[in-house]
Amino acid sequence: MNLKDKLINSFENLVQSSNGSEAEHVGTKRTESMAVFTAQGFPSMKDEEWKYTPLNKSIKRDYQLESQFSTDVKSSEVDSFLCSGIDSYKLVFVNGVFSSALSNTTSQENFFVTNLKDAFSGDSEIFNEYFGKLADTQQSMVALNTAFAKEGAFIYVKAGSVVDKLIQIIYINNDNSEAQLSQVRNLFVVEDRAEVQILERHQSLTDEYVFTNVVTETSVGNEAHFKHFKVQNNLDQTTLVDSTFVQQGAKSSSLVDTFAFGGDLTRNNLHFEFSGEYAEANMDAITLLKGDTIVDHHTFVDHAVPNCQSNQLYKGIYDEKSKGVFNGKVMVRKDAQKTNAFQQNNNLLLTDLAAIDTKPQLEIFADDVACSHGCTIGQLDDEALFYMQSRGIPIKEAKAFLMFAFAGDTLKNITIPELKAQLINLVAQKLNVNLELNELNI
Amino acid sequence: MTEEDKILHEVTNSEYKYGFVTDIESDTISKGLNEDVIRLISMKKNEPEWLLDWRLDAFKKFKEMTEPDWANVTYKKPDLQSISYYSAPKPKKTLESLDEVDPELLKTFEKLGISLEEQKRLSGVAVDIVVDSVSVATSFKEKLGELGIIFCSISEAIQEHPELVRKYIGSVVPKTDNYYSALNSAVFTDGSFCYIPKGTRCPMELSTYFRINQAGTGQFERTLLIADEGSYVSYLEGCTAPSRDENQLHAAVVELVAMDNAEIKYSTVQNWYPGNKEGKGGVFNFVTKRGICHNHAKISWTQVETGSAVTWKYPSCILKGDYSIGEFFSVAVTNNYQQADTGTKMIHIGKNTKSTIISKGISAGNSNGNYRGLVKIMKGAENARNFSQCDSLLMGDTCGSHTFPYIEVKNKTARIEHEATTSKIGEDQLFYCNQRGIGTDEAIGLIVNGYCKDVLNQLPMEFAVEAQKLLSLSLEGSVG
Repeated sequence: MNLKDKLINSFENLVQSSNGSEAEHVGTKRTESMAVFTAQGFPSMKDEEWKYTPLNKSIKRDYQLESQFSTDVKSSEVDSFLCSGIDSYKLVFVNGVFSSALSNTTSQENFFVTNLKDAFSGDSEIFNEYFGKLADTQQSMVALNTAFAKEGAFIYVKAGSVVDKLIQIIYINNDNSEAQLSQVRNLFVVEDRAEVQILERHQSLTDEYVFTNVVTETSVGNEAHFKHFKVQNNLDQTTLVDSTFVQQGAKSSSLVDTFAFGGDLTRNNLHFEFSGEYAEANMDAITLLKGDTIVDHHTFVDHAVPNCQSNQLYKGIYDEKSKGVFNGKVMVRKDAQKTNAFQQNNNLLLTDLAAIDTKPQLEIFADDVACSHGCTIGQLDDEALFYMQSRGIPIKEAKAFLMFAFAGDTLKNITIPELKAQLINLVAQKLNVNLELNELNI
Repeated sequence: MTEEDKILHEVTNSEYKYGFVTDIESDTISKGLNEDVIRLISMKKNEPEWLLDWRLDAFKKFKEMTEPDWANVTYKKPDLQSISYYSAPKPKKTLESLDEVDPELLKTFEKLGISLEEQKRLSGVAVDIVVDSVSVATSFKEKLGELGIIFCSISEAIQEHPELVRKYIGSVVPKTDNYYSALNSAVFTDGSFCYIPKGTRCPMELSTYFRINQAGTGQFERTLLIADEGSYVSYLEGCTAPSRDENQLHAAVVELVAMDNAEIKYSTVQNWYPGNKEGKGGVFNFVTKRGICHNHAKISWTQVETGSAVTWKYPSCILKGDYSIGEFFSVAVTNNYQQADTGTKMIHIGKNTKSTIISKGISAGNSNGNYRGLVKIMKGAENARNFSQCDSLLMGDTCGSHTFPYIEVKNKTARIEHEATTSKIGEDQLFYCNQRGIGTDEAIGLIVNGYCKDVLNQLPMEFAVEAQKLLSLSLEGSVG
């Protein structure tokens, strides 16, 4: 039985098992979404949006659909993947199931950090207001997630409040017994003038195949500030499809930083929408790949109202047989005058087998705008390498310096020093050098 | 209404000046597309057996294909059965000199501003003119013949140089390349053929004018240009059509072959009828243009696109040989309800290949302009270099501008740069000009002219003047 049919069959069980425990509007949404997925199926390379990204290998495998909770994850092990040295709220998901023992949730008057699972009953007004409203459920992967997802992070920040600590969400996959498909769903609601910073990490530890399909819905209120850091550091058997939707109110600012370091196939759909004027959206990303891996960044920024600004800075370094895809689309609708939209995609190819397909797209229907995109593909400068070597820096370190200098400016929007240090360490680790790269002061 | 709005209003209300119909008797076959029509065309043109088979094979493949819909344009698909695939001005006989050309036709050319005789005397441009489906006049043939250059209509080439035609036709654009190239391969009726022998530098600009005159006809011309080793040629192409309420289909194929060390410069000023202000009528321009470069060869495409209701055109370069160079310079102007989806493809196969893309889009009225390009670096293409720049200028708030650049790189030594900007004419630029005593009208002209300069500079002198005129026609009041 192929994966699609298997999913369709298991959906009926899911409906029966959750009968009565979920709010009516959730049930309706699940059924509608399932119909969308049934009609569309998994995306194929014939879809323009998936032209360069072959999902066919990933969907041929046989996956266990029920999440298997595992207790053999130690707290110390989890901590090694988290940003250390600072106090934080934690949400830990093991094989797609929330672990309350490992987590550090909170529920306060001004904000809460919790598992989304309990909200499906419909008791939470915030959930009822936002769930399924921000994501585009006409996309088949989003529809699939909407039909099945039961767990994930649910974060709410009340108007005017600032969350005092970093919120860390980590998804660990360690099931060594069978391949697994997990679908997780996040909902972040940041009300007017509120502030929050979230770190989300996907970390697979198993040699078995893992397919994670995650959807995140974020609502950022007027004058609110939202920062979301994504670390995708999976092993080579992992497929990750991440669809993130952010809707921003007037004068708000948001940042989504993506650090894609591995996994068999990673697809990031990042969707920004402005509902009020003078909002600003920033997207930064470093992609550092080795082996036979592929990372696909799809961004879509919808400028529907005037006076908003969006900045995209995507840097990629591709080694061995890896492949990178970047498809950045900026839509400036008719009335969105005074829009500033910038898009930059720079890539380094290190081997002959590495490849890059990039398509920076602009669709503009307003005349008083400043939009630009730039894209470069190149390699390390031999002369610079030679210069460093002649000053006694070994070639490996010299390359690492150059690569870090190339990609480092994507870290400029990170304000938590501990987080920045951790990410820089991770980059150094990926570049396979033992250097204190943060001393470069980039 | 402010001064700027007034000018924009003028800009978006200019009329098409080439919209006259010439009253020439034509030999037109009945409408419809089927094997018999293809046999009839082939028979009328007295073609050899292999070409008929080639056409029929293309038609067979064509029937299995569907019309592509990936381009960012919307239009009512033309009914291929309601088009006449052959229309020739009567009387049709071999023309020795211009005196024998139908005087009505000569008047047409004068209205178009191409006086053949004048050109013969003054500018030294050899012209091949194709009206509807048939080449009516080729000038300077003898002079070129002395150098061994063949410049004639493709029907003539099929009769007189069948070995060359047979060798190269379909070698760059295979007959089943795409829907419209397959259709063209099946029903093409005429076009230009040019062959430059080894080591020859063509002493004059070669030029072709295309005109659709007859109602209810489509134009399917085929151009084949071969520059043998070490040769050079500069080739110009211009097109116009009468104003008609119906949409006319123009589906041409252009194939360029640049052998080792050869250079081809191909310039187009496209000014098919763009439809009226309400977007009614106009030409559908669905063209496949492609060149192949062998070692150290260079192909340079320059286009000024001001006409057509819908344009769908991607002049491309296959950089097969080592050290070959491809260039693409384009100005695409859309006004009223025009839609253009145009750009280029640069396929780097050989080592040390280089390509440059400069695309300037200007959109006004309710039009939509698209740049769609592909830069592909194949695995073996060591040290490939590409620079792309696509800028768009928007005039008014009801038009749209879009860019779809595809970049696919499979070799680490490639150096690719791509940049694109979209903007409108800056108020501060206009203000600066105004306070120096330059009226808003001229100021817009100056700015647009400067904006397009990179491309207009690539055009041969004779064409650059015409292109500027065309720009001022399409954006009346803006270009001085």
